[in-house]
Amino acid sequence: MTLREKFEVPKRYNTVAMALMALGILAIVGLYITTHGGGGTAAENKLHDARFWASLLQNSVFFLLVVNAAMFFICATTLAWGGWQLSFIRVAEAVSAVVPVIGVLTLAILFSIAFGDNHTIYHWTDTEHVKHDAILNFKKGFLNKGFYAITSVLAVGLWSFLGWKMRKLSRKLDNAPLKSNEEAKKYVWNNTVWAALYMIVFALTVMSSIPWLWLMSIDAHWFSTMYSWYTFASTWVAGVALITLFIIYLKNNNYLELTNKEHLHEMGIIMFAFSVFWTYLWFSQFMLTWYANIPEETTYFKPRLYGIYGGVFWLMFLINFLAPLLILMTRNSKRNYATLTFMSILIIFGHWLDFFQMVFPGPSPGHVPLIIYDFAIALGFIGLILFVTGKSLSKYPLIAKNHPFLKESVIHHT
Amino acid sequence: MGVKKFIVGNFYDEEVLFPAVKKTRRAGYKIHDVFTPFPIHGLDKALGLRDTSLHTAGFIFGITGTATAVGFITWALTVDWQINFGGKPYFALPAWIPIAFELTVLFSAIGMVLTFCYLCQLAPFVKKDHFNPRSTDDTFVMAIECTSKTNEAEAISFLQSVGAADVQVMNKETGWWIGRYDKDTIPFAKKAAVAN
Repeated sequence: MTLREKFEVPKRYNTVAMALMALGILAIVGLYITTHGGGGTAAENKLHDARFWASLLQNSVFFLLVVNAAMFFICATTLAWGGWQLSFIRVAEAVSAVVPVIGVLTLAILFSIAFGDNHTIYHWTDTEHVKHDAILNFKKGFLNKGFYAITSVLAVGLWSFLGWKMRKLSRKLDNAPLKSNEEAKKYVWNNTVWAALYMIVFALTVMSSIPWLWLMSIDAHWFSTMYSWYTFASTWVAGVALITLFIIYLKNNNYLELTNKEHLHEMGIIMFAFSVFWTYLWFSQFMLTWYANIPEETTYFKPRLYGIYGGVFWLMFLINFLAPLLILMTRNSKRNYATLTFMSILIIFGHWLDFFQMVFPGPSPGHVPLIIYDFAIALGFIGLILFVTGKSLSKYPLIAKNHPFLKESVIHHT
Repeated sequence: MGVKKFIVGNFYDEEVLFPAVKKTRRAGYKIHDVFTPFPIHGLDKALGLRDTSLHTAGFIFGITGTATAVGFITWALTVDWQINFGGKPYFALPAWIPIAFELTVLFSAIGMVLTFCYLCQLAPFVKKDHFNPRSTDDTFVMAIECTSKTNEAEAISFLQSVGAADVQVMNKETGWWIGRYDKDTIPFAKKAAVAN
C-alpha cells in the first residue's frame, strides 16, 4: 500500500479558514464599537467594556486550553506506552502546534484585562478595593498581578516549549529510522521522560493553578478546589472532539490510510467516557455547595442556576451530558463518521457554552449578553486553528512511519 | 442438546487457525465452535457470530438500578418517613444522585456477571463436555458438527488440508449437566455408544 504522506492544503480549506478569521476580526471590531459607543453612565460604560473583554477572555482561554489538550492526548498515550494512536498522531501534533499562536493572543488579552484600569472582570486587580476587602486581602498572596503574570507566561511558555520538544522527537524518526532494538528502547524512554515532564507541568497548570487564576478569579470571593479539574475535563473532551474532526476530515479526503473505524471508535470512547467524567465533576462541585448551603459558596450558583443564566446552564447539561451519554452509547454510533462528526461539533459547542457561563455571570450578572458576537469571535478562533493546523499538517509527513509502536496501531482492534 | 457427532481439528497456531476458519465456513461446513486457550481478537468476526447482547442487558440492569434507588428513596423520604435535613426539600434529588449512581453500577455489574454466566452456561457444579483438554492449555480446537449430509472422510481430509495438526471424529454432549468430573461418569456416555 502506498501512503499519501504529504497533506496538500486544499484552496477551499484555506479560503474557509481565512473567511472565518476575517469574520472573527470583524466581530471583535463590531463588538468593540457596540460596547464602547458611550452614552451611558460611567458605571454602565465600565460594564460594557468588561463585556467586550469577557468575550475575548472566554474564547481565547477556551480555545487555548482545547488545542493544548491535544498535547495532553499525545503525552498521556505516550506515558501509557500506547501504540494505537500512532496512525494519526501527526494530526494531534498539528493541533497542538496552535498553542504558541493562541497562547500569545491569550496572554495579550489576559494582560490587557489584568493590567487595565477596568476591574470589573478581575476585582482583585483593584488594589484600593482589596485593602478593604477581608477575603481578597487574605488571598492576595495568590491573587496579585505579579503572580498572575509570571504564572501565565510560564504556563504558556512551558506548554509551547514541551509541545515543540515532543513534536520534534516524533519528527526525528522521519528521515532517520531506528537501527536496532536498543535504539528503539532508548527512543521510547526518551519520549516517556519528556511526556512525563509535560504531564507534571500540565498538572501544575491546567489541572490546578491556571483555571483558578484565569477563570475562577472572576468570582474572586468564591472558590472551589474542583474547579480546575472541571475546566480540564471540559477542554479535554473538546480537544478530543477537535482531533476527531480533523481525522474525519482527512479520512474523507483520502489521507490517513492506516487510520480506520477502530481508531475512531477509540476516540468515541474517550469522548463518551470523559463527558461522563465532566458531568461527575460538574455535579460534585454543585452538590457539595448545594448540600452545605453556605452563602459565600452559593453565590456562584445563584445567577447560574436560579438566575438569568439558568437556560444556558441546562442547555449545557443537555449537550454535554445527556447527548453524549445517549448518542455515543452504542458501538455503531462510535464507528459512524456522521454521528461522530455531529457529536464532536456538539461537544465543542457545549463546552464552549460551559466557558460562557463560567465567565459571563461575573461581569454581566444582570442579563445574558447577546451571544451572536461571541459566536462570531469563536468562529474566528476556529478559523485560526484551522489555518495553523492545516499549515503544520502540510509541513510534515502525515504518518509517523518509523515509530517502533506503529504496528500496534495498524493492527488495532476495538 | 444431546449427543452429536463432531469432527474435531486441533490447530497449533492461531495464524493457521484464522484462514482455516474462513475456508471451513466457505466450504460450507457447520462450525460448532472454536475453543482457544486465550481470547483472540477478531475470531468472533471470522466465525460470523453476531454481536453480544450483553450491553443491552447491562443497560436494562442499570436503568433498573437507577429506578430502584430513586423510587425507594423518594418513597422513604417523601411519603413514608419525612425528615427535614437542614431545611432541604423532602424531595432532595441532588443528594440522591450518588446513591442512584451507585445502585446503577451495582445492578448493572452484578446483572451483567450473572447474564454472562447464563449465556456461557457457567455456574458452580455445571459441567460440560470437552472436545480436547489441550484447548485450555496451548492449542486451538475447531469442532465441525456432522449433519446428515456431511461426508466424514472428506471433512477429515479437508481439515488436514487447511492445517489441523490432528483430526478426530468424536461423539460429544453439547448440553450441560450437574456433577463432578472425577466421580461421575458422564451421564450421556451410554447414549453416545448407542449413537455410534
